[in-house]
Amino acid sequence: MAVSRNLPRWLVAIPTLALLAAACGTDDEGDNGAAGSDGGGEVVFFSTQLAPVEEAEKVRTTILAGYDGEVDFIGAENYGAWVDRITAEAEAGDVTIDLLGGLHGDYVSLGTERLTDVSDLQEELSGAGFDETFLELARLGTDSTYYIPWMQATYIMVANTQALDHLPDGADVNELTYEEYAEWAANIFEATGQAKVGFPAGEDGLLPRFFEGYLLPAFTGGLVTTFNESDEAWDWMRGIWEHTHPQSVGYGFMQDPLLSEEVWVAWDHVARLKDALEQRPDDFVAFPAPAGPEGRAYMPVLAGLAIPQGAPNADSARSLIEYISAPDTQAATLREVGFFPVVAGDLPEDVSPGVQLQADAVAMQTEAEDALPSLLPIGLGDAGGDFNKVFVDTFTRIVLNGEDTRTVLEEQSAVLDALMQETGAPCWEPDPESEGPCQVG
Amino acid sequence: MSGESLARMRTVLLHAGAVLMALWILIPIYVITAAAFSSPEAVFSFPKPLVPEISTETMEFFLGATGVLPALRRSVVVAFSTLALAIVIGTPAGYALARFRFRGADTFRVSIVSTRAFPIVILAIPLAVTFIRFGIDDSSFGLTLMHTALALPFTVLVTSSVFAGISEELEEAAMTLGCNRFSAVRRVVLPLALPGLAAAAIFTWIISWNEVFAASILTLRNRTLPAQVLVALTQSGLPFQFAGGFLLLAPALVVVFVIRKYLFDLWGRVAR
Amino acid sequence: MTEQSTTTVPGGAGVRRPRGRDQLRATLGGRNLPYWLVLPAILYLALFFAWPMVQAFGLAFVGEDGGLTLDHVRTMVDDVAFPGALRFTLLLLVIIIPIEFAVALTMALMVNSPRLRGRGLFLYIYAIPLAVSELAAGIVWFAIFTQQGYLNSALQQLGLADVPFIWLDPRSTEQLLLAVVLAEVWRSTSLIMIILVAGLQGIPRDYLEAAELFGAGPLTRVRKVILPMLKPSIQVALIFRTILAFQVFATVIALTGRGATVLTAEAYRWQTDIRDANVAAAYAGLILALSIVSTMVILRLTRTPREQRMI
Repeated sequence: MAVSRNLPRWLVAIPTLALLAAACGTDDEGDNGAAGSDGGGEVVFFSTQLAPVEEAEKVRTTILAGYDGEVDFIGAENYGAWVDRITAEAEAGDVTIDLLGGLHGDYVSLGTERLTDVSDLQEELSGAGFDETFLELARLGTDSTYYIPWMQATYIMVANTQALDHLPDGADVNELTYEEYAEWAANIFEATGQAKVGFPAGEDGLLPRFFEGYLLPAFTGGLVTTFNESDEAWDWMRGIWEHTHPQSVGYGFMQDPLLSEEVWVAWDHVARLKDALEQRPDDFVAFPAPAGPEGRAYMPVLAGLAIPQGAPNADSARSLIEYISAPDTQAATLREVGFFPVVAGDLPEDVSPGVQLQADAVAMQTEAEDALPSLLPIGLGDAGGDFNKVFVDTFTRIVLNGEDTRTVLEEQSAVLDALMQETGAPCWEPDPESEGPCQVG
Repeated sequence: MSGESLARMRTVLLHAGAVLMALWILIPIYVITAAAFSSPEAVFSFPKPLVPEISTETMEFFLGATGVLPALRRSVVVAFSTLALAIVIGTPAGYALARFRFRGADTFRVSIVSTRAFPIVILAIPLAVTFIRFGIDDSSFGLTLMHTALALPFTVLVTSSVFAGISEELEEAAMTLGCNRFSAVRRVVLPLALPGLAAAAIFTWIISWNEVFAASILTLRNRTLPAQVLVALTQSGLPFQFAGGFLLLAPALVVVFVIRKYLFDLWGRVAR
Repeated sequence: MTEQSTTTVPGGAGVRRPRGRDQLRATLGGRNLPYWLVLPAILYLALFFAWPMVQAFGLAFVGEDGGLTLDHVRTMVDDVAFPGALRFTLLLLVIIIPIEFAVALTMALMVNSPRLRGRGLFLYIYAIPLAVSELAAGIVWFAIFTQQGYLNSALQQLGLADVPFIWLDPRSTEQLLLAVVLAEVWRSTSLIMIILVAGLQGIPRDYLEAAELFGAGPLTRVRKVILPMLKPSIQVALIFRTILAFQVFATVIALTGRGATVLTAEAYRWQTDIRDANVAAAYAGLILALSIVSTMVILRLTRTPREQRMI
């Protein structure tokens, strides 16, 4: 029997029709208003924050529901893709994005030449009561404001209540020291035979921030200037790593291993711990990061809203920013997605148990007697990735590969110093102010 | 051992082996299906239930999330268009590689294959800029063009191996009888090549369907399914990752099922 | 044999074709035909890839001052992750490809055997992983291998394990290698199988029957009749698989995170995370070079002289 020589018509028709459909456009979102039109078009809001499915839906259906206008909220899969897209549109001269949402570090990477100066908008919104530190950051090292503060967050710790039984004697989980933390990890290992501490050391994990804003400042009181003296901190890390879950090098978001109980104690960004607290608030506790010899170092995280150069609906974008800065929207943001307001005012009372746990931990961390705020790196330009890499490489070599701490620190100090010289970035808290580029001590 | 029982043993082994291989393929598929249709609590539990209570909670939310269904539609359109375009451009080239020994044939082979050896992420910004400048950015049409470029090396090489496996004598005979090359190919070779060409077509479809990086670079508001789901896969919790994975998988399974008859028409093969 | 630009029209003595058409025939036919046939493909690919590739490739060797430099290559080679990435990539290649070929050939032969009942169904099942993207495969196998995952769940429920084992332990390169190999073999063997099946169909049954008649056992038939005739298919499949093997990275990241890395993953990191396009381009260049070398080696090893193809 011969193979059928005639393909059924439908088999040929489908691809042809599809090709025609594609060519003639089955796309829904076409141009959304010519450049220069004001107030009429849909605002295309491209953000690295609140991208996960549930959060994004909350933004669309709840947080922005009261806005009088159309918003197309699009999440980016990571900040690299976000920067790529904005850069490509700018270089091609055809911008479709109206409003940007990103972290301070994302804007540092992007660069001020892609952003519109929003100093005037910031003046208009001065009644909102933005914290002066945030406004300083929002200037990205210049005299003009390039983004409007949007929400804030920080990094805290979360533990399964089962782990509390293994705390060292006399330790208060809300006032831990790094030493006690290491002991706690060892206790859990002895009792259960498994390493139940976790760190976000994976591909998308925020471990670099742990070193930059928590571990090193807590041990040395500084970051860049004291880098070459941070031996103790790295030895501590090497110690606790023995009782840390090996799959930590794959963890990006600690909430999943916490929920599946692969891990009992974790440090991470509040947004990446939220699911655990929301879904099972009775099984988890949230508490501040530990304190080292120099204090309880922590790093605030600032997200901001900006308008790209050449945005087609800049005016609509501005009014959307105004809407988001309003106290009601800020309260809704906290309620829905757990990010804290940046405007003056009391926190709303009616938050979910999970968010309450989070808020309490953040408050304890910020208001601790020995609190030591460490700022985000400033003035690094697009060398932010290289900066983080110094810490990741140091971690890899000392903790994962077992190299000698002193040798590695000498070599990495040289790398860090060269980087600071190249970028010319001045020191930032908790390092003392510097004239000229920050020097590695 | 008698010849008969040897043959029977061979048949038993054959079937056992086939079934084992089938299980090896099917079990992970089952795992992700079960995971996608488990409740979030079940997803995080341990030990995970091997036969979970079916819960459509996650899938419903996911399908209802903005942009997922339109993205599904766009993926279908782009995949079929890519199939058409790649076959049209690639088959003649495959035929030429198979039938003619011409100068530069090997260089041609190596260079088209090398277009796939370059990690596309490096080309992200230049490609996006080019597409925006030409006005085909963020559109199914533009993405079809890009996917065709990505699939073309496969289409060319697979069709070339298909034609290489069909004896030249058939065309020569036809041409001696008065056909020119074109009608010889059309009447004699093409029908024999059909199963292989269908395989090439299916490859192309699948390459386009699963392609995620170019799709996420070149689209913003008119995303295909993988690009739309990518955020879920990199940033959302485990239940959504499974739902996303399943959603990527399921339509392709359906298409391969529908098309299988033309892929594997083993019984009707004209043997020489 | 050379093509003739005119064909004898039977019984057509005295029929004259218009000169224009003759000229067209002469141009399109004859020795230029192959070039015309490949032209659309070449033009299309050149349009999309040539310029961006040259640009991106140039980034690897151009320094800040605009002159040629090997600085970026040096940065790449001196990087902490480079030796491991190179090693893991090559190991994956060397382990995965032979396994996949053996498995694919077995599947193809089984499915091609007339004694197997339900061949169509089996063929469909074996082709299923084709539909699975790298991302989805990474998720599936992570769900299976992670400590609180399905494999340990099954072992626990079967009473075979008390404490869940850490399969994805980064302290053991062998374990990570095993996990990635399994995931990759599962996912992409189908690709090779389909190509081989398409090729197997081209082998006339008479040959195999004749061989059997002459007393050749199944293994001999495979070795002496099937494999040689499958060479074109094997060549194509090998080239594809090798090129694609260099591109694998989503699966590696999904299963191992930073525990193991491959060249493409490093290229991706340097590009999107560290945002150093130069070093990323250096990695891309290395991957390209390795892919081309492999392709040429494969072409050489699987060269099929035209005479050896079917009669």
